[in-house]
Amino acid sequence: MLLALAEPTTTYYLILAALVFAIGSVGLMVRRNPLVMFMCIELMLNAVNLTFVALATRFGNIDGQTAVFFVMVVAAAEVVVGLGIIISVLRRRPGATADDLAELKG
Amino acid sequence: MLAQDTFFTAPEIEWWHISPMLTLVGGALVLLLVGALTPRWPRGLYGLVTALTAMTAGVLAFLQWQEIDDDGPATLIDGALAFDHLTQLLTIAICAAVLLVALVTIDELDIAGKDGPEMYAMFLIAATGAVVMSSANDLIVLFLGLETLSLALYVLAASDRTPRSQESGLKYFILGGFASALFLYGIALVYGTTQSTNISEVAASFTTNVSLEGDPPLILAGLALLIVGLGFKVAAVPFHIWSPDVYQGAPNQVTAFMASVGKAAAFAAMLRVLVIALPFQRDDWRPAIWVLAVLSLVFGSLLAAVQTDVKRMLAYSSVSHAGFILVGVEAAGHDSAGEGMPSVAVYLLLYSILTVGSFAVVAIVAHSNGGDSSIGAFNGLASRRPAVAVALTVFLLAQAGVPFTTGFIAKWGVIQAAIEESSYALGIIAMLSAVIAAFMYLRIMVSAWLTDAEGDVARETVPFASAAAITAAALFTVVVGIFPEWLLHAAESVTQYAR
Repeated sequence: MLLALAEPTTTYYLILAALVFAIGSVGLMVRRNPLVMFMCIELMLNAVNLTFVALATRFGNIDGQTAVFFVMVVAAAEVVVGLGIIISVLRRRPGATADDLAELKG
Repeated sequence: MLAQDTFFTAPEIEWWHISPMLTLVGGALVLLLVGALTPRWPRGLYGLVTALTAMTAGVLAFLQWQEIDDDGPATLIDGALAFDHLTQLLTIAICAAVLLVALVTIDELDIAGKDGPEMYAMFLIAATGAVVMSSANDLIVLFLGLETLSLALYVLAASDRTPRSQESGLKYFILGGFASALFLYGIALVYGTTQSTNISEVAASFTTNVSLEGDPPLILAGLALLIVGLGFKVAAVPFHIWSPDVYQGAPNQVTAFMASVGKAAAFAAMLRVLVIALPFQRDDWRPAIWVLAVLSLVFGSLLAAVQTDVKRMLAYSSVSHAGFILVGVEAAGHDSAGEGMPSVAVYLLLYSILTVGSFAVVAIVAHSNGGDSSIGAFNGLASRRPAVAVALTVFLLAQAGVPFTTGFIAKWGVIQAAIEESSYALGIIAMLSAVIAAFMYLRIMVSAWLTDAEGDVARETVPFASAAAITAAALFTVVVGIFPEWLLHAAESVTQYAR
């Protein structure tokens, strides 16, 4: 019984992924540093990757595993674009937080 | 272990059928590579190449229309892409919008003294992503198209090196990335229920495994995430918060692009995901779409009426347009073979051209006022530039849905579709909010025609390419508004989608 509990099943991975995803989305909402917010988005994408891999292993079909490759490529492209934008903002206004960027409103 | 079971057979690739998107990618690569290797091209040539590329892609999509009539819709590349009239109609809409935006961009970059191939290449790449989204028959392919479009749009929004543009780019990036992650988790949960990401197989899995106890919770959670992700992309209330800031901060031509191509692609994705992939969950997602539609209609038009900046006004007006299109999506949720899908496709085509024209006029006025796009900048426009004021009036009347313009055809289509499916409440709310929105459009018109400018205001310069784009868009708005039968007839076949 105890051994069966210790054996990780797909459900464990899915719950872990859901938790990581929740940490990422809460982090995005409470943190104010653009770089940290961006890292939270990456955390969410990786949580989805974990979900895909866990499900693909359970189903024994390859769709989920190929999806992960595509998501990794997209995440890499997002890093390139995101860091470019964030650095160009921070260079103009060092130490800016998301709350400081409030020129556009109405 | 998995790989040993089956030998990999490369899928057949239908090169002719995917030629519109190949043309767009090709144009972007030519601009980037040849543009980088050769000295600066003559003024406006980058823009002309872009416009020609978009036109070629649009014509190719048009040529394939008859083929689908003859052979029926099909899926391409082992079921990854759909080849049907919905794809073709939206491809044509996207290409037409890119064509007009490219013309406007020629002048915008010329005035700023920043002529170069980069922005045009980003437009073409974003348009490719949009075409992929509207033709995707696999949720992962759809996600890739979404990201291709979004990543290019983040860069475009931040492309002007002013603090406003950078702020808009950063806001768009953070919120867009968040929405993409939610959407992707939705795909993962749908995969968890159906064991496939292919739209054909997702839909088929519910015909073979019918559950008597209702839908499993996993698919409901996935559906919720998909709707939130798509809601962000189409800027439906309450997921619209990014759109006014981003629309106002981004350069004018980029705003025009976002409002036309971005919206068309996002709604294409919504049709593919909700109506085509998950028709068996329609009783679960339709109420959510109903709520989104009502909120977008009411808040979009109310908030638009109190804005003082015309770009922000048009941003909120695009939120209210999103509400109208959602009315059509809701109708498609009742019956995917009914009026809903054609009305959405027609709305997207007409609205794309309309909105590019509106933003082109705003760009002309803003330039002569040192970048100021507040409503005061429009004072006395009719006495300085009557032709521009007439074009502006045509676009605003059309956005308000006045008869004999394309805007009327579009709004009438979605409301009629809602009535047909007995969504009377939704139809009435849509009509009432159109009245509220009309107030805001009238405010801009009053400022242009009846209010005199304070002091001496320089006469607006109207560059040639922008003038051509505005004339074409205004003529289209009026002519198709008076003779819409051919378009409505062509759009009827959108309901025969590939899956």
